Amino acid sequence: MQKTYYNPADLRKFGNITEWDEELGKKFFEYYGKVFEEGALTAREKALIALAVAHTEQCPYCIDAYTKDTLQRGVTKEEMMEAIHVGAAIKGGATLVHGVQMMNKVNKLDG
Amino acid sequence: MATKSLHKRESNLANSNRQLEILSNGIFQNGELPTFKNKITETNQFPLKAKKLEILQINVGYMCNQVCEHCHVDAGPDRKEIMTLDTMQQCLEVIKNTGAHTLDLTGGAPEMNPNFRWFVEEAAKAGIKDFIVRSNLTIIRANKKYYDLPEFFKKHNVHVVSSMPHWTRGKTDKQRGNGVFDKSIKALQELNAIGYGIPESNLRLDLVYNPSGAFLPGDQASMEKDFKKALKEDFEIQFHNLFAITNLPISRFLDYLIASENYEDYMYSLVEAYNPKAVANVMCTNTLSVSWDGYLYDCDFNQMLELPVNSKVKHISEYNEDLLEGRNIVISQHCYGCTAGAGSSCQGIVA
Repeated sequence: MQKTYYNPADLRKFGNITEWDEELGKKFFEYYGKVFEEGALTAREKALIALAVAHTEQCPYCIDAYTKDTLQRGVTKEEMMEAIHVGAAIKGGATLVHGVQMMNKVNKLDG
Repeated sequence: MATKSLHKRESNLANSNRQLEILSNGIFQNGELPTFKNKITETNQFPLKAKKLEILQINVGYMCNQVCEHCHVDAGPDRKEIMTLDTMQQCLEVIKNTGAHTLDLTGGAPEMNPNFRWFVEEAAKAGIKDFIVRSNLTIIRANKKYYDLPEFFKKHNVHVVSSMPHWTRGKTDKQRGNGVFDKSIKALQELNAIGYGIPESNLRLDLVYNPSGAFLPGDQASMEKDFKKALKEDFEIQFHNLFAITNLPISRFLDYLIASENYEDYMYSLVEAYNPKAVANVMCTNTLSVSWDGYLYDCDFNQMLELPVNSKVKHISEYNEDLLEGRNIVISQHCYGCTAGAGSSCQGIVA
């Protein structure tokens, strides 16, 4: 067994998940490919969304893949960092907006 | 930012044999990745053969006013290899009689060859259909003696193809040197002002995009759209087409890949993106590259790796189009750079 949970080389093996369940694996990759095609959103916009979500999900494979992908699409580092801040703002906001729930409870119990 | 060529630095990568060794050792020797020969054999495309010649590409010298980070020519102000008048004359004889429809002048900065203008004037008389000069743009602003180059190009109906790695200053200067972006913008505006790159104009101005690091180029059409929008909005600049070109793992780009520990991952990316359709149209099948000293190569990359054409005809002085047609193309692992994704050539994607 390897000594770390994550190995960068495993990213290249992502496709291998179809080996143990071909039908579902294939359906997933077909869906995945379709999602990132040029549509109402450009492929570039989708890649930036993916980069932000990769960070909020804290998935090292996704960060690796979408940093490279956005670079390939000519995205600048300023744009990348702004996208990550959008993710961080939602993450932070999602935590803080629950503060209202806490306030409601305090007001009810100790108002 | 490099300021000297690998040759000047006496780097061992200035030696083409050393580069070829690296490209054949390691992951390709131990079978982790297939060699290019084995890969194209899988799709019944070995040996690659030259078809009818369409593009004659002449490298008039390795001297350049820039020292770009990833230059496959290892060009720079310290390179002294310059095509002589005699060799130019031999080239002109070929240009007058060739069946090729495109003449493509490259370097270095081709304009720095002292006989460049004479050569262009003479070559233009041959009436070849598409006459390309690969200009780095900054040369136009480098010295007063070059200020009138746009007018000179216009006079001879030269098709200008210029490198522009990004529409932002930061990414451009990182790759091509400080101040390159501003000078390039100025040069593009001057070219636009005399009619180059305007939508309906027949004065052709195309840009070349190549990635600033260890990653492949994105979709050419999308990049072109982004470039056009940004350059128009920010600088009122127009151009015709964008060619997205993959960086080949040779010379200074190979040096960069190794130093940044990206070599293996980059080769994996190229092999994983292998596209047999691109192999069918790869530029060596319709192009011939002539070096500053008149020797013939399948492409500019093979020229830099000193891999001569596999033909009885080796030099421009003994040029024979019929004998060169059908020759087997000389390949190594750098060739994966031209067959990744939508493929890559001096004219952009090929598949």
